[in-house]
Amino acid sequence: MKNPYRSQKIAFFFLFLATLLIVIPVGLIVVVIIQKGLPAINWQFLSDIPRQGMRAGGIFPAIIGTLYLVTGAILFALPIGLLAAIYLSEYAKDNALTRIIKLAIVNLAGVPSVVYGLFGLALFVVFLKFGASILAGSLTLGIMILPVIITTSREALESVPQSFREVSLSLGASKWHTIRHIVLPNAIPGILTGTILGLGRAAGETAPILFTVAAFYLPRLPKSVFDQAMALPYHLYVISTQVPNVDEKIRYGTALVLLAIVLFMNLVAIIIRTKYRKRKKW
Amino acid sequence: MLVRKFKEFVIEKLILICGLASIFFVVLIFLFLLKEGLAVFKTVGPFKFLFGKSWYPISEPAQLGILPLILGSLLVTLGAAVISIPIGVGCAIYIAEIAPAKTKDILKAGIELLAAIPSVVLGFVGMITLVPLVKNIFHLPTGLTALSGSIMLAFMAMPTIVSIAEDALYSVPKNYKEGALALGATHWQTIWRVMLPASSSGILAAVMLGIGRVIGETMAVMMITGNAAVIPHSILVSVRTLTATIAAEMGEAVVGSEHYFALFAIGIVLFIISFAINVTADLFLHRRQQ
Repeated sequence: MKNPYRSQKIAFFFLFLATLLIVIPVGLIVVVIIQKGLPAINWQFLSDIPRQGMRAGGIFPAIIGTLYLVTGAILFALPIGLLAAIYLSEYAKDNALTRIIKLAIVNLAGVPSVVYGLFGLALFVVFLKFGASILAGSLTLGIMILPVIITTSREALESVPQSFREVSLSLGASKWHTIRHIVLPNAIPGILTGTILGLGRAAGETAPILFTVAAFYLPRLPKSVFDQAMALPYHLYVISTQVPNVDEKIRYGTALVLLAIVLFMNLVAIIIRTKYRKRKKW
Repeated sequence: MLVRKFKEFVIEKLILICGLASIFFVVLIFLFLLKEGLAVFKTVGPFKFLFGKSWYPISEPAQLGILPLILGSLLVTLGAAVISIPIGVGCAIYIAEIAPAKTKDILKAGIELLAAIPSVVLGFVGMITLVPLVKNIFHLPTGLTALSGSIMLAFMAMPTIVSIAEDALYSVPKNYKEGALALGATHWQTIWRVMLPASSSGILAAVMLGIGRVIGETMAVMMITGNAAVIPHSILVSVRTLTATIAAEMGEAVVGSEHYFALFAIGIVLFIISFAINVTADLFLHRRQQ
């Protein structure tokens, strides 16, 4: 007879192996980028414009461009996303409409990023005549991160105990008053987590900005929201595939800066979430 | 008092409008893809567009058949699925059932980090490390192949698969597991015969969403699959996917040209694929909850 404990051992070994097969490459990717990118990082690299056809100099305009894009995206997505989350958690009834809204959010999250790029091109760049601009890119990214913000904010709002609302309502506060002064303040850490995750996502995406804002090479800072801008992820794409003979150090350095920004945001989000969970009083 | 009532009325209407925003945007995206994409069917029939064997968008006359691109996407996706499904589900079982509490938290954070790495960074790393490796191992003229793309994309699918499958395993009622253990089953027998069947629809949804992510992936795939728009006959040749075609060619396509319309039509195809995957996966997840 087969020994069930031996098959358990074998099975658990393979499950452990599967886990290693994910964890080790991820660790390696991060370590290699840090190790090879770190020597490139200095003040000049971070604060100078790209020189000699992007083979020397720094990446300052790309960093600033990404900063503008991310800010624009969040300015657009946070108010709409937060109100949508309030609707779903506080007002929506369990009916077909709510079901359709939830399905729409799932779909919005699943639309391929390059299709967002096409959409941004058709609507903002061509139809509304914004041209390739920070405005068009920010709005495209904003719509893309909407599902992230709605989902996390909704979870945060729903985790506020029902009794808080009941007490407030029983004291004569109106529904909006209750949301504004009782539910929202208690949900802020969760909303913050969602916002930061959205920021990280927007900072790292390339495909949606390809045709809506990204400039191949623009050695100055954008002056208005109707200007094109360089962006870090697109810059990394350009110097690793479009421009020959770029020093590997510069490529790794750019990858490191991008990775550091994105991972830093995710780390902050994770920390806020864990702290909040531990401190929760209910 | 009246002012306050009016203010609340306005705010509540605003909340309702924003609640409907997701539906609005999904419809808007689809409409604009249709608006720009359907024009291509004035020059090529839908059948010829989907099953035409050659994609030469800038030759005269342009040949707009996306079959090579569809097959390219399918091949890369299939490869990524073969790699990511067993590893992803295995890792999910390990995290949900076997790992001690502390390891579990670290592993979950690690998976989240993997999900956060921008695809252009993964593409860059794949280009520098994986592509030469594939080239040397298989003695190929170039390492920019469907296989390289599949391996890299597997890493983009895994976080989705792991986190959703882990949720599914976690939500299996405790008494199922306790019942099996009480009858003398080993932990592994319990997982294999009780936990997995009980969470199968959730795991299926996890796999589908992971695959959906792979089909829609753009940057990494564009950087490491070699971008040759020909019908692939093996996994060790260069291919070009639907997404990479849009990303690589839209920059050169003139707004309003046949090429421009054709790229939007590819966008319609991608939108419909992702819509179908997400709706089906959602049905599976929903069934589990009932």
